[in-house]
Amino acid sequence: MTTAMRDAWAQTLIDLAGDNPDLLVLDGDLGTSTRADRFAAAWPDRFLQMGIAEQNMVGVAAGLATLGYIPWLSSFAVFLTHRAVDPVRMLVAQTHANVKIGAAYTGLLTGFTGKTHQDVEDLAIMRAMPGMTVIAPGDATECAAAVRWATATQGPVYLRLARDAGPDLFDGSYVFEPGRVIPLRAGSDVLLVSTGPQTARCLEAAEMLATSGFSAGVLHVPCLKPVDAAAILAAARGVRLVVTVEEHTILGGVGGLVAEILTEHEPRQLVRIGIADTWGESASNAFLLDRHGLSATRVAERVARELAGVGSSAGAAS
Amino acid sequence: MTAASGDVEANDVEASDLEALARRGRQLVIDSVAHSGAGHIGGPLSAMDLLVALFFRVLRIRPEEPHWPERDRFILSKGHSAIGLYAVMALRGYFPVEELATFDAGDSRLQGHPDMTRLPGLDASTGSLGQGLAVGLGIALGARLRGLGFHTFVMLGDGETQEGMVWESVQVAAKYGLGHLTAIVDCNGLQQYGWPAAPGEEGRGDRRDPLAGTRLGAALEAFGWRVLEIDGHDSHAIVEACDDARASAASARPTAILAATVKGRGVSFTEGRFEWHSRVATADEAAAARAELDLVEDRRA
Repeated sequence: MTTAMRDAWAQTLIDLAGDNPDLLVLDGDLGTSTRADRFAAAWPDRFLQMGIAEQNMVGVAAGLATLGYIPWLSSFAVFLTHRAVDPVRMLVAQTHANVKIGAAYTGLLTGFTGKTHQDVEDLAIMRAMPGMTVIAPGDATECAAAVRWATATQGPVYLRLARDAGPDLFDGSYVFEPGRVIPLRAGSDVLLVSTGPQTARCLEAAEMLATSGFSAGVLHVPCLKPVDAAAILAAARGVRLVVTVEEHTILGGVGGLVAEILTEHEPRQLVRIGIADTWGESASNAFLLDRHGLSATRVAERVARELAGVGSSAGAAS
Repeated sequence: MTAASGDVEANDVEASDLEALARRGRQLVIDSVAHSGAGHIGGPLSAMDLLVALFFRVLRIRPEEPHWPERDRFILSKGHSAIGLYAVMALRGYFPVEELATFDAGDSRLQGHPDMTRLPGLDASTGSLGQGLAVGLGIALGARLRGLGFHTFVMLGDGETQEGMVWESVQVAAKYGLGHLTAIVDCNGLQQYGWPAAPGEEGRGDRRDPLAGTRLGAALEAFGWRVLEIDGHDSHAIVEACDDARASAASARPTAILAATVKGRGVSFTEGRFEWHSRVATADEAAAARAELDLVEDRRA
């Protein structure tokens, strides 16, 4: 039985609040969607409704942090990384405030909202901010572990939460470590590097590729900043092709991250699959994943096509 | 209440004379900006009497213990007036007056806009207009949660109230009944570019009065705030208004003090002139300003 990240986020905060008297949740009037309402029900005195005013909410969190509080923000990602990006930059990142950004409804799969509410640039924006830890969990278990780690760690954290439940990747023994990349499947032809719930779709795509005779590895990057660049380089050695796959623009997210690392240290061909510098739209999850080449089937097709175009030796650039 | 200390005594400035301190602060502003070759003049001079009254009479602070948990909080939301704040903090004893010579220089604690990660005694980092009130609101909320009795003061510019984020904070502060939060608006009547000329007027307007046609006090009252209007160069009135705000903390209504000021106040050739928003004084101008401020002091001595 799978759990949605937002459910895991709220439940973990409820569980942590007892041992963390300074933990607060600030909501931008979306608590019934983000599940912050569950925290409010459990800990009414630790819940601060900030209304439809995200910039102020970020500033309030920064002020609370100066008094030793650990404020978690609850809103849709677009309102935190776009509308409120200036206070996030100045009052949180530049001051290294102990504010935790719980960014709900990320990527394309945001429940028929359309491009206005689909945050497909958030990783690029947050990754560019000095001092910001950027986390995109792959499942509810990893999400819960990241919430525990972020709450216990001083400094600003951006947590990218998917709306809908997806397949489980990890069991209860999972421990979040910032920067760690996680090999989930070994393969010798191609390495799929992914993040967030897209990793599960990559595992599915790897199965499909196997039936076509291609050996595909999957590397999960739950934390884009900091990140273990050496581990990414090591994983990329020995395969014919490296492909990044993300429910995010191909500019500045995992594609950008891996391109930067490879180009700087071991230049080679890279294929970036993601939202190709365009906007989303209102549609079903299946439609959106197919349209943007992110369903398991579309990823497998694209990778097979790309593999046909590269040489047989590792690292060969065509 | 609070006695002057540190560099004030070292510089033989009469502690009880807020006006003399403000003249000294104005000199330090003009000299520091001239020395660094960059910075703002008009805003720091308009705010100087407010800053001096706050730091020498109103705020319950310990310059020797800048992180004292029960201190009153002060946020300069109009962060481009940083040099005015630094001058007053130096006079109050937070750091040596000589350090003002490092203003805007690499590695300095005295950055072009206030940086709380560098200078102890700053309760927020500011510079992007419209943000300070939100931080003050968060601090005031936190004080209530912690059961701390301090007061939080935030100084805004009149032009700054054009930022939408200010009005988010105005609304939320009223919803939470934060009587221990006070906004002081330095209404110096000028902004950098200004509004277009009114229909029928020539040119692009004279940059005067960011609030032209806006009844700021009425707007704040409509949102549930208490509003006091004072002369922002009258030290007695400033202290009285701040005391009034503190005394009404239990009213569950935040207070806004609208302080009428003159941009560039204290020096004849900078008063009321938009050019001095961010102009640097030449050596001759700095000397002339110093002479004027000294003359005033001498006349009153």
